Amino acid sequence: MLDRGVAYRYDGSFEGFLCCVFESYVRKERPAAILSHQAEQGTLYPEYWIDTVPEHAGRVFASLRRRIAPEAENVVREGFLTCCPEKEMLLYSFIALGYQYGASVMDRLTDPTVCALNKALLHLGNEAHRIKQFLRFTQRQGTLTAIIEPKNFVLPLIAEHFCSRYPEERFFIFDRNHKAGLWYEPYEVQLIKVDKFTPSKELDGERRLEDLWKQFVETIAVEGRINPRCQMNMMPKRYWRRMLEHSGRLTATQRGDWERDCFTQYPLER
Amino acid sequence: MDLMEKLTILADSAKYDVACTSSGVDRAGQKGKLGSAVAPGLCHSFAADGRCISLLKVLMTNSCIYNCKYCVNRIDNDTPRATFTPRELAELTIAFYRRNYIEGLFLSSGVLKSPDHTCERLIQCLEILRGEYRFNGYIHVKAIPGADPALLCRLGLLADRMSVNIELPSESSLKRLAPDKSRHSIFKPMGLITSKITENSHDLARYRHAPKFAPAGQSTQMIIGATPDSDYQILKLSESLYQKYQLKRVFYSAYMPVVNDALLPSIQVKPPLLREHRLYQADWLLRFYGFQASELLDENHPDFNPLVDPKCSWALSHMEYFPVEVNRADYETLLRVPGIGVKSAQRIVKARKTGSLDFTGLKRIGVALKRAQYFITCSGKMIEGLRITQDGVLRSLISEQGAKLLPQEEWEQLSLLEKPALFAKDVVQCLTGA
Repeated sequence: MLDRGVAYRYDGSFEGFLCCVFESYVRKERPAAILSHQAEQGTLYPEYWIDTVPEHAGRVFASLRRRIAPEAENVVREGFLTCCPEKEMLLYSFIALGYQYGASVMDRLTDPTVCALNKALLHLGNEAHRIKQFLRFTQRQGTLTAIIEPKNFVLPLIAEHFCSRYPEERFFIFDRNHKAGLWYEPYEVQLIKVDKFTPSKELDGERRLEDLWKQFVETIAVEGRINPRCQMNMMPKRYWRRMLEHSGRLTATQRGDWERDCFTQYPLER
Repeated sequence: MDLMEKLTILADSAKYDVACTSSGVDRAGQKGKLGSAVAPGLCHSFAADGRCISLLKVLMTNSCIYNCKYCVNRIDNDTPRATFTPRELAELTIAFYRRNYIEGLFLSSGVLKSPDHTCERLIQCLEILRGEYRFNGYIHVKAIPGADPALLCRLGLLADRMSVNIELPSESSLKRLAPDKSRHSIFKPMGLITSKITENSHDLARYRHAPKFAPAGQSTQMIIGATPDSDYQILKLSESLYQKYQLKRVFYSAYMPVVNDALLPSIQVKPPLLREHRLYQADWLLRFYGFQASELLDENHPDFNPLVDPKCSWALSHMEYFPVEVNRADYETLLRVPGIGVKSAQRIVKARKTGSLDFTGLKRIGVALKRAQYFITCSGKMIEGLRITQDGVLRSLISEQGAKLLPQEEWEQLSLLEKPALFAKDVVQCLTGA
């Protein structure tokens, strides 16, 4: 592989990224950077636009299982969801290492690339878990809605959990940071692009129920053991904005635009 | 009385129950039902005391015919009383559950009229949940000591986890503080639940659809610091509970003075939180690290060292096992090194298949070298530049909580001539006091 010092630009999709890997092997060159079309940063390297060809993407994806290991499929697919700033190059290096070492690349935990990728995956997994914990639904006309603000794109990872848990409900989870939504109605689920989500009116009894919950959370703490540090360790503050029982304890700036979202009441846009 | 008031009273009286875990059972959702359960459990919020809120933890009623001295709900305590109707509680659980506030219900109760009557009310509530609302989420229910075995069996078929609180670690303590309870009355339902779970596992092996009895197992809790029992006694008891009754968890609860009584620590006494923490650490060593209670403590050393964690303390008094060679030692040996936990040990075993490990690699894997450095070698070498000085070792090995107990450091004039270097032996002596 030659280091020709070129940058690839692709359409930002997973298939697009796989095509970058494909192109790199066709041209026998290792790109210095792989950028999605939205990435604003420029490079001093000459840029090539890589077209997304489903067939090429399919070939690269199939090679993961065949030439590396069955688990590698998931590593790459989930690695692409992480918020790691240079995830494309990281994944590219991982795939290259995988072609070189085969299945044993999964065990090379001390390799800088594998280690960095594992850390990113851990962050992703942890955040998905936290969203499962801290997501709060609000009952609005016929639909349960929730807003989340994760750093990683966790919607594909949490979809199964919520669909399995609420098979008979209609719900909508809006990821404000990635402008995407998860829409479920029995028994169908869709991952959709959403630019703007303005929740519809809450049901009447909703406030009262929220008050009951807040009261419960307040009551259940034992006064003699108050431990804000421990609380924050287990539940980082950035999640509090979306948790009705804790958002009241944030300052106005910490809460930011929470209120604006919460109180503008328009019909649900899909 | 309105629901808000009831919830406040009944959550307030349930809060001294420690367990709020929703772990131990994996159950996917089903069409037509509401809910699922995941084996590691999910904490949906954290209260101001840092404890997890996973389940709606309430009492069915806080009226009680018993008079246990340590308990806020004892009969002669002047406190407001309330009682949920089974339907009210079921509705509230469902409303919270649908909004992802909780994983399920943790239901306990004061003893109203008689243990049997109380048990029937609990069953009623759970039947509404499981039957009418097709609730498929997690339910933890307290077995009421003294209730009819047939009722306890019905309860077990509705719940995921059952628990009986041991309350106090020894018979004599129990006699003193809970005159209405005896060791027998506590261990009888516990034994019953254990035998039912075992019996059920045989049934399940034969018939896949046999109804499950408490699939997430059984747990218990005891109060620490209300009586003079030593850590050794407590840990021994936990160990036998894990072995004899196959308990999933034993919880420890630092005694929180709620009442003034000549038999109890005075109301000004602070809860022994550090002691509770050490017991939990040791509990983990029993369950995941292959330690035995008798290795950690014995009659001559009946209590944990407040300065260092139990594993470190064990390592310091067994220096003959160290240093451990990371590239060759087996998994069980690695687990015994301070600074290497279950995850790091697994990663070490995995990573060394592809090449030998060095200290940089270990750091990358996530080993806490700060503590581990004194106990390991990589390819026969200690970490480069490791200097064993009293101050350094103390700082590295002492836990954060322990550091607060040390006298504060004083400023001193730097000297060109260094103080004589310490040897491992001196440090061990200093930490273990041997």
